[in-house]
Amino acid sequence: MASVVFLILRRMRGPLLLLSTVYAIATLGLTLIPGVDDEGNTWHMSFFHAFYFVSFMGTTIGFGEIPHPFTEAQRMWALVFMYITVATWIYTLGALISLLSNDTLKRALTEYRFRFQVRMIREPFFLICGYGETGSKLVRSLRNRLLQATVIDILPDRLDALMMEDDPLFIPGLAGDAGAPENLVMAGLTHPMCQCIVAITNDNAVNLHIAITAKVLNPNVRVICRADSSDVEANMASFGTDYIIDPFDNFAKNLSLATYAPHQLLLVNWFRQPRGEPLTNVTEVPHGLWIICGFGRFGKAIYRELTRLEIPARVIEPNAKTPGLPANTVIGPGTEAHTLNAANIAQAVGIIAGSNNDSNNLSIIVTARQLNPKLFVIARQTSQTNDELFAASEADIMMQPSDVIASKIRTLLTNPLVDDFLSLARARSDDWARTLTDRLRSISPEVLPRTWPVTINETDAAAVQMALAEGRSVTIGDLTRSHIDRNEKLPLIVLLYSDETGTFCMPDEDTALSPGDQLLFAGTEESHRRLKWNLMNETALHYIMTGDTLPQTLLGRWLKASAG
Amino acid sequence: MNLEKVVFAFTIILALTVNFGFFIGDIDNPAHHHVLELYAAIFVNAVATILKFGDRSHMGAVLLATSLVADIQLVAAAAVWGYAVHVSGVGLTPTVMASIVSLAGGALIANVISVALLATETVLLRR
Repeated sequence: MASVVFLILRRMRGPLLLLSTVYAIATLGLTLIPGVDDEGNTWHMSFFHAFYFVSFMGTTIGFGEIPHPFTEAQRMWALVFMYITVATWIYTLGALISLLSNDTLKRALTEYRFRFQVRMIREPFFLICGYGETGSKLVRSLRNRLLQATVIDILPDRLDALMMEDDPLFIPGLAGDAGAPENLVMAGLTHPMCQCIVAITNDNAVNLHIAITAKVLNPNVRVICRADSSDVEANMASFGTDYIIDPFDNFAKNLSLATYAPHQLLLVNWFRQPRGEPLTNVTEVPHGLWIICGFGRFGKAIYRELTRLEIPARVIEPNAKTPGLPANTVIGPGTEAHTLNAANIAQAVGIIAGSNNDSNNLSIIVTARQLNPKLFVIARQTSQTNDELFAASEADIMMQPSDVIASKIRTLLTNPLVDDFLSLARARSDDWARTLTDRLRSISPEVLPRTWPVTINETDAAAVQMALAEGRSVTIGDLTRSHIDRNEKLPLIVLLYSDETGTFCMPDEDTALSPGDQLLFAGTEESHRRLKWNLMNETALHYIMTGDTLPQTLLGRWLKASAG
Repeated sequence: MNLEKVVFAFTIILALTVNFGFFIGDIDNPAHHHVLELYAAIFVNAVATILKFGDRSHMGAVLLATSLVADIQLVAAAAVWGYAVHVSGVGLTPTVMASIVSLAGGALIANVISVALLATETVLLRR
């Protein structure tokens, strides 16, 4: 703010000097010119009266000729200075107004306001760099969970959209280059409450720069980065970027998961979606020849995965000079029937419309379906504005990079245990995953189950913490009983258990808890509520562990003690 | 030789000299202290203040502070004068004159500091 004040003062120096000089001359003149009072005596206006007169003359208030009617000489002086003072005022005010609407000053003011808003944040928050499709999806879901964030984007228009939505949480945004360290610091990189910085701008180089800046300026902050090429990924990994997300690689891995472990993929999809969405089913991906249209980053990532799994694939690519094209590539646009036929579409089981142009991808889908109606279609969607078109195209799998990144980052930010669970689950067989998905479906048949973490501490599990402090042993199996009838099990699953020795997937029921342990539950909203009783209420916990009800009043306790 | 520096130094020194001109004389004798001199002192001090606006250096900040002090002292002196003559009607009694002149004396000290700072800076930055 100080810089803004100094800027205004320096720029107003000229007008203010002019104004005070004009006032000084006008006032001095009035005191020197002799006047005549009511009785005909000569008098000289005092400085007090002269300054009073000039003040109301210059501001066009005009109280009249005081303290006595003026002589002609005084009127002549007043006449000249009436115009001069008014003109000077207009000039001064004009200079002030143009200064206030000056872009530099406005930017200084918004930056000051942003800096203030960020400094006032008292809760943990995330710094999001890039407010494009991914960024806005991410911020929306954070906002819905009442999680604070700050945003930097290079385009002011996008931030206008951010400012329009301030319910239920105000999220400060800065228009500026996220690659500039000073902007990152302004957005709270070095703020003690900054938990995590998310670099999801469109520019790989900027993301890389954000990651290294964050690691240098505040090593405690977790860094999540989007990367579109393997060399940038390797570079980011070299200085310890915590999570690197490549949407195409991610999707290609999921696709290969879909071919050999569809239930594993189902688990991933369920746990990455926002809660309350309807349950989805396993997508059966057929085995056979695949056709990949477009050999950009997306096509390459898919081709690599398919070759690794020894699934036959043909590539169609309009540009023959694309590096790394496989030997049997068909050169030509995938939108035309003869190229698709040349790639043997009649024998193919699936097609991947993976160019970076939405209209071409839609055209590929339509043409390919005409040639082979049984095709399994995977469509890549680049822009969110084409949502309805792609929904109408009835592609079997839709791939939208912004969705892939946003859902992955959302789980990382809101519930990192889910990510730990998924990486442990990947080591298990598909049958194991099928059993788990069946159990989840039996618990919550309609919508996606809710997943929530619990740490054994004062805030999350006060009753358990107290019981452990008294030396009693509480097991995971105890917690999953219902506090209404202890023989009844709560409809929930303990997905993950983590203590100082390590993290375990689906722990045993008789695992004893100790303070500081972390648990990940999946279940219905109802079971979430009921579990809270066991965690927080002493009487409920006592009942589920022993079967008897603790007397709640002092008298009751005394009676019980004397009876026992 | 820089015209801006000339104007700057001129104004600051003039603020001191005019202030001194008003201050000198018997403290309670209205004949020794002319209203025009007070008026000139206020105007020159205001100009000096405005010229010091916007300098972000430490020296600039202190110079601005001394000027603001001088302004407040001189405006207070003028206010006392105006009140005694026009509002209360006591007139320029020795008591009133003494307080006007002592207020101007305070401004004089601020102006002396201002000039001293200017001189120090000039000596230190001599090229």
